[in-house]
Amino acid sequence: MGLENTLVESLPDIITVKLDAVVNWARKSSLWPATFGLACCAIEMMNSVSARNDLSRFGAETFRASPRQADVMIVSGRVSRKMAPVLRRIYDQMPEPKWVISMGACATSGGVFDNYAIVQGVDKVVPVDVYVPGCPPRPEMLVHAILMLQDKVMKESMKDRRDTIAGESRDAMVPGTLPVTIDTALEAEMISEGKNPYSVASKHERRRSS
Amino acid sequence: MADTSRLLEIVEKLRTQNSAWIKETKNALGEVTVTVPREHIVDVCWVAKTQHGFDMLADLCGADQGVEESPRFEVNYHLFSTKHHQRLRLKVLVEEDEPKVPTVTSVWKTANWHERETFDLLGIVFENHPDLRRILLPSDFDGHALRKDYPLRGFEPYSLT
Repeated sequence: MGLENTLVESLPDIITVKLDAVVNWARKSSLWPATFGLACCAIEMMNSVSARNDLSRFGAETFRASPRQADVMIVSGRVSRKMAPVLRRIYDQMPEPKWVISMGACATSGGVFDNYAIVQGVDKVVPVDVYVPGCPPRPEMLVHAILMLQDKVMKESMKDRRDTIAGESRDAMVPGTLPVTIDTALEAEMISEGKNPYSVASKHERRRSS
Repeated sequence: MADTSRLLEIVEKLRTQNSAWIKETKNALGEVTVTVPREHIVDVCWVAKTQHGFDMLADLCGADQGVEESPRFEVNYHLFSTKHHQRLRLKVLVEEDEPKVPTVTSVWKTANWHERETFDLLGIVFENHPDLRRILLPSDFDGHALRKDYPLRGFEPYSLT
């Protein structure tokens, strides 16, 4: 009929290929971002999925409301001190493999907000893969960032994507902030006893501790 | 310019009830501002609400006049009446050494969060407040951000800069 017929005739039934290449190809072709709009950059982020820019051409249009279903966190906007522990928790809730795009000047460096309220660059809270400059960046720039991230994904190996490493885990505290769980006395007590108040140990954690 | 005669009448009524209530009256730009001694603010608010129809606390905010000023802080109460549609401003002056004002949550419930905000940003303590915690800044924040002597970038190591 179309291309399929030619392919069937020209290709063998079985081909061998590196596992990483296949897995990475699958991963990069369906990067699902987490819905995490923080400020005006989020408007441009929404625009990048709209008909004109159409991020779905690159498989990244499925914004998930739950971090459990997401692969990429697009930090779109300025991160306040109060939001930093929340952002960190959402990042921790995302399963591996996961990536972070820092969108806009504020998320990247604090932008014009060089003050006590704003975190001076989201890379102080989570590891960032791609930085997008601009205030706010145009949707094309975000699409370009997704493409850059796809290139990066293709260069990775599955072996490097295991469980969360200690330095990036939930227990690793952001310097200068307290976890969001500090407010109630019971939680404070549990923290002082070395327990984590909100978590039932995940499969990963149980496996690691045994 | 708005007509302030009705407001001035109300202020005069307050003064006849208790002359200690009103320290100073300012009538400018169609707005009437009454400076009230700190210990009388709850009484004045209660009378303004129950007898003069100011049933709504439109805003409660603090201001820092500067480190060198004395009294350094002021707390402003913006009263509004949904019955006769007049606006009245009450003002309490607060010294830096003793930044305390009695709470008016017993008069208007909405004062609760407004007073928390004023405490959070300026460090003015509202005595007998039911729940005087920070409301805008993180709970572990060091200092009070809207004070004139607070550094813009905050204190280390909090600033993460």
